[in-house]
Amino acid sequence: MSLFLALVTQVLHIALMLAAAPLLTGLVRWLKARLLGRVGASPLQPWRDLARLARKQPVLAENATMLFEIAPVVQFAAIGVAALLVPSFALGMASAPVADLLVIAGLLTLARCTLALAAMDIGTGFGGIGASREMMFGVFAEPALLMVIFTLTLLAGTTNLDTITELLREGSFGLRVSLGLAAVAFVAVALTETGRIPIDNSATHLELTMVHEAMVLEYSGRDLALIDGAAMLKLLLWFTLIGTVFVPFGAAPAGAGPLAWLVGLVCWGLKMGVLAAALAVLETAQAKMRVFRVPEFLGIALLLGLLAAVFLFVSQGFA
Amino acid sequence: MTLPDSLAPVLIGFVVLGLFALGLAGALLPRRAWGIAAAAAALCGVGALAAFVFLLAGAPAEGFAVPLGLPGTSAQLGLDALSGFFLLLLFATGAACSVYALDAHEAEDRRALPCFPVFIGAMALTLLAADSFSLVFGFELMSLASWAMVLARHEEPASRDAALLYLGIATFGAACLIPALALLAPLGPHGLDLRFAAMRAAPPEGWRATAVLVLVLLGAGSKAGLVPLHVWLPLAHPAAPSHVSALMSGAMTKVALYVIVRLLFDICGPVQPLWWGVPLLVAGAASAVLGGLRANMEADLKSVLAASTIEHVGFIAIGLGLALTARAADLPALASLALGAALLHALNHGVFKTLLFLCAGAAQHGAGSRLLARLGGLIHQMPVTTTCALAGCAGLAALPPGPGFASEWLLFQSVLAAPRIGGIAMQTLFAVVAALMAMAAALAAAAAVRLIGVAFLGRPRTPRAAAAEDATPAARWAMIGLAAIAGLLGLLPGPVLALADPALRALTGSDMADRAGWLAVAPTAEATGYAPIVIAFLLAAAGAALVAVMRRWTVAGSRRGSFWANGFAAAPAWLPFGDPATQYGGASFAQPLRRSLGTALLAAREVVDTPPPGDTRAARLDAGLADPADTLLFAPIRRLRERLSVEADRMQFLTIRRVLTVMFVALVLFLAVVALLEAR
Repeated sequence: MSLFLALVTQVLHIALMLAAAPLLTGLVRWLKARLLGRVGASPLQPWRDLARLARKQPVLAENATMLFEIAPVVQFAAIGVAALLVPSFALGMASAPVADLLVIAGLLTLARCTLALAAMDIGTGFGGIGASREMMFGVFAEPALLMVIFTLTLLAGTTNLDTITELLREGSFGLRVSLGLAAVAFVAVALTETGRIPIDNSATHLELTMVHEAMVLEYSGRDLALIDGAAMLKLLLWFTLIGTVFVPFGAAPAGAGPLAWLVGLVCWGLKMGVLAAALAVLETAQAKMRVFRVPEFLGIALLLGLLAAVFLFVSQGFA
Repeated sequence: MTLPDSLAPVLIGFVVLGLFALGLAGALLPRRAWGIAAAAAALCGVGALAAFVFLLAGAPAEGFAVPLGLPGTSAQLGLDALSGFFLLLLFATGAACSVYALDAHEAEDRRALPCFPVFIGAMALTLLAADSFSLVFGFELMSLASWAMVLARHEEPASRDAALLYLGIATFGAACLIPALALLAPLGPHGLDLRFAAMRAAPPEGWRATAVLVLVLLGAGSKAGLVPLHVWLPLAHPAAPSHVSALMSGAMTKVALYVIVRLLFDICGPVQPLWWGVPLLVAGAASAVLGGLRANMEADLKSVLAASTIEHVGFIAIGLGLALTARAADLPALASLALGAALLHALNHGVFKTLLFLCAGAAQHGAGSRLLARLGGLIHQMPVTTTCALAGCAGLAALPPGPGFASEWLLFQSVLAAPRIGGIAMQTLFAVVAALMAMAAALAAAAAVRLIGVAFLGRPRTPRAAAAEDATPAARWAMIGLAAIAGLLGLLPGPVLALADPALRALTGSDMADRAGWLAVAPTAEATGYAPIVIAFLLAAAGAALVAVMRRWTVAGSRRGSFWANGFAAAPAWLPFGDPATQYGGASFAQPLRRSLGTALLAAREVVDTPPPGDTRAARLDAGLADPADTLLFAPIRRLRERLSVEADRMQFLTIRRVLTVMFVALVLFLAVVALLEAR
């Protein structure tokens, strides 16, 4: 019975993630438009865009190779599997035993490397500039992310996301300075990984500032739909990660029934809404920073992550 | 001569003997290159099989004496779980490199012919050694044989310089390793007892132990490529023929790490202080970051790979340091996790780095260069090589479910569990090491993307690269075989760790048997872990589902058009692939990292030389770097050597009177020393 429940939650979870990803991006865009005093497109617009793109035949460059054609599938699959592992409305999904934070980070790296390689495949200046900058961001984001994982592991004793959430929910750690510091570092990493302002601007087509958009410039049609869809899924994935780890309340416990799921769903929706609003405000209030300021920004995140760990050592006499 | 009971040690002993004989044959019959390479491949295959069977059988330790060696003694050889594990790595990669060598017919390959089997044999001898003399003999023979092959292209000054630096470092290594072994040897009835068994019975203590630690780290660490003695790797490894570079990076660095494990874990015994792991941790973390960064800066395909070897050796050293610390803190489970991760990473790195060097060799052979600036677009003409290089780079970048990820996952788990040890200083050190490991892993990913993206993807940068030819059949099979092994290693870390279990039990008192199964590996017996097969299955299922959905609901097929060239005019007819300079190259891909990290860590510089208005000369961007180890450590040594040789040179031109005076003073000093010693 519990296995059946785990499987059902798993299927519902991934369906929910796939369906909600474009909605979340649409919501952020709509909120940003409202904040700027524009009417804004409906939050459903990204869904329509994806559907429209999917109907179109892609135009490939003359020298595009197999790698260029399969890269969108590989990177969507990698992000999709990562999304499969991050619990949204219920804990104890079928994937819980393999839902490891390091594995999730590894899968996201797989997606990033795949896209960077595809960007280099045609041999255009844009592809190269995007790929090299994206890989540079990774060099500074990964250590900060690892320090957050380090702090969580110190508290929970494992890198398994499900167990960490379970333990954080019980609140046995209280409200900790460490967790607060780690949360700030985590948000900085999330902004980098999802390519939002102030790191990257997903709405720009100004040539010199593009990072993600520069990498996918040669894609069109259904391939572009896959890539855009994956980017939207990645945003939802990071939001869900933030919501699950740092606001671990509301999600249905393992083995609970549909009523708890509904509560979990509402809570998850609320978290996503609040985070979307926060992102919209941040993106409206901030300007994109220069590429070479990003290492400093992420350096601060790394420092906060390190501080979080050291605070734990001091406060717990951790030994 | 005593013979062991089982077959495996005898078989491996004969394989080593056979390899030395092949070396002789290579010197006498230089025209039989194919036959010698084939025989080396067969011997290595037998050796790998024997080591594998030996490990499967639970690795019962066996020792045997060979009536060779120092006067009055016989050489002690032995085969136990640790040497068996490294022999498996050595012979597996050695077999692949020998198969690759079947088609190697260039002049430099012929010159390397006699040394190549001797090189493998010497490494095997080092791994089999059970006394100091055999160990040093094997180690130095390995250095000498590889040095001769680094000189294979001796017409080039760069090759000669690299060989000279390598020789200097090897001499320095020997000068550290031999005293370390002498310090370890207890005084027996006939002078120092050099047998490992006797050394094990009397582990060093106090200053002796400290001296041994420092000397072993300098002696073997210089060969493994640990910071700050790493500068020779990106110079010397690429200078040798490709199948030799592959073994130097894939296997020889591991033999040096084996010496570290053998001496520091096995012979020095478990009763050592807590801080013993710290030097390894610090050197490992520094190597990981510096190596990863240099791998992003090098302009030569093989130098990139050699620099990334520094990084991965750093990872393994971190694992070893953690294991030493955990063992001293009496946490055997953590010690075996860290040591198991280090051993697994050594094996994985050995396989995928060998694979990548063979790919680089194929690219050099097929496209006529290994400079990133002269390659590009090889995927069109060399699909097999490119696919194999992609498989290798998945390991290099530690992408799941590849081989690199499994072992690095375990390494991360051990460093995440490490803060149970020590006070706040130690714990903070672990946190910093963890952050640096993450940075190194991301640097490796960037280096892997750069390597594949610039050399194999994009548009050809030279006509020669446009007309590249894929690897010859033998090279192709060597690469495909290694890629298949790398894939298996990635999917089955648990069974591979089971092979290392006897070694872990012997060295840490605990093993991974309860934590490493067919399906998953885990840091503790209760915890959930990393299940590569499940992840691979999920990825495959997701990919298949996506393809099915696209087939069903979207338009099939695609059209071709020209790419967006930023509005530039079409390239002239004599540039059929467009102007190659309009795409990103190795130097431009590295620019963000060079500016953000390179200036601080590697003293990288960029000078833009723009001509004034009206001047028609081209603008220049001058970029370069200076490794701090080179400027701070090696440059002064080089200057000192220069000064000493100038001074020594002067002695040759003294007048007869002065020569006589010098000789007289030397004689008096010598007699004084003798008299003093007598008087004591």
